[in-house]
Amino acid sequence: MKRWIALGLVMVMVSAFSAWGGAKPVILATTTSTQDSGLLDLLVPQFEKESGYQVKTIAVGSGQAMKMGERGEADVLLVHSPAAEKKFMADRFGSRRRLVMHNDFVLVGPATDPARIKGTSAQEAMGRIARSQGLFLSRGDNSGTHAKELGLWKGAGVVPEREKWYQQTGLGMGQTLDVAAEKRGYTLTDRATYLAHKKRLGLVILVEGDNALLNIYQVIELAAGKNTRINSAGGQAFADFMVAPKTQELIGRFGVDKYGAPLFTPDAGKNPASLGI
Amino acid sequence: MEVLYDGIIQAFSLMISLDAEVLAVTLLSLKVSCGATLVSLILGLPIGTLLALARFPGRRLVVSMVNTGMGLPPVVVGLFVTIFLWRNGPLGFLEILYTPSAMIVAQAVIAMPIVAGITMASIQNLPATMKLQVLALGATRVQMVWILVREARLPLLAAVMAGFGGVISEVGASIMVGGNIKGQTRVLTTATVMETGKGNFDVAIALSIILLMLAFGVNYLLTVIQQRERPR
Repeated sequence: MKRWIALGLVMVMVSAFSAWGGAKPVILATTTSTQDSGLLDLLVPQFEKESGYQVKTIAVGSGQAMKMGERGEADVLLVHSPAAEKKFMADRFGSRRRLVMHNDFVLVGPATDPARIKGTSAQEAMGRIARSQGLFLSRGDNSGTHAKELGLWKGAGVVPEREKWYQQTGLGMGQTLDVAAEKRGYTLTDRATYLAHKKRLGLVILVEGDNALLNIYQVIELAAGKNTRINSAGGQAFADFMVAPKTQELIGRFGVDKYGAPLFTPDAGKNPASLGI
Repeated sequence: MEVLYDGIIQAFSLMISLDAEVLAVTLLSLKVSCGATLVSLILGLPIGTLLALARFPGRRLVVSMVNTGMGLPPVVVGLFVTIFLWRNGPLGFLEILYTPSAMIVAQAVIAMPIVAGITMASIQNLPATMKLQVLALGATRVQMVWILVREARLPLLAAVMAGFGGVISEVGASIMVGGNIKGQTRVLTTATVMETGKGNFDVAIALSIILLMLAFGVNYLLTVIQQRERPR
């Protein structure tokens, strides 16, 4: 019996070591929001079927995704941090950046709204939260959402870092929403994650529809010149797939069955200036 | 509490219906953690035995390092293994980052000190005169080591259990070196983290219950083997 157990263990290990193979995989570094919304579960298998590439989706914050790109540890990026992306492209880490889609950020908080931000502009809302010292939960993780939030504070002329009412979770969006709900604080979230969590949160949307709150996703191919190990062909194939008309149609319909409205607006081929970036 | 109730219901419905994705995730957890435990045994048993029987300068330092290693934080292991396995890292040519092999490597690093430490303790716990007796009866050194290891085999199974228990339940290293990729490196713990992030608490609870049952099942099997013969 012992011999059989040992044999079984060896077989298990051998099969675990030989569990992959085939075409060179494409490493997609992206944000947690694209994964947590379920969009990639729809698109990635479609791409794998069409192209024959195997995709390894690494869902991290936009900041970390771009760091992976800089180091040549990813083949293609799908990120939403326009200012940081601009620098990334200027530093020649990326060879091409294309618009994929957008949705929007919303400011959420308790229905009692102690800082009275409901219906104001994003900038005004940030100012009011600071003045009334309403509890604000920040991602604090260098993600695209965090970058957007910092931009909004800057626009409102507020430096929140050392304030008592400003708390950084260092967690993903879903968990930050949970913390905000428990502590009855305000937070900035992308709409898709908020909708996915809404049912148990008790947080309501207070500010939305402001142009400053657009959440724009772009796909970036990495410059192969910087690193010979990058799978440029695979990265390019994925980027092409993301902006292809058929994929864009899938994106435009995603979420309708579950939330009654699409979670993302497809943007491929649009002029970035039309979205204000 | 309603969430907990839903989760338990969900766990059993997922298990009874043999949900393909949950099954794949469960099997991969088992594969990776069994593989890692095996690697850690291959490395940890000899190291533990050596530390128990040999006397050499610096032994105390090594023993302290092994004992510290028994509580090695998985995220720390994950971070260093990731850096080594990066494409541009020292072991990048292997191209195993974000594969089950990388997870086996990381988990083996976590389990190895646990196995070595418990091996050392159980061999040292044998009567001190035994080594002398065995040698006096004319055994060679190799035979002596073999007899001592055989004599300590029951406590050594505890080393297997502790090693396996340590890695099947760990998430920090697995998520870093594996990447929680659907269908490739998603195991029970990383799937639980992700489902919690998605707000699917019922699925997360279901996965946790499956994980607990899996750990219990493997430990039960080993306990049965261990208890079959009473220690003398």
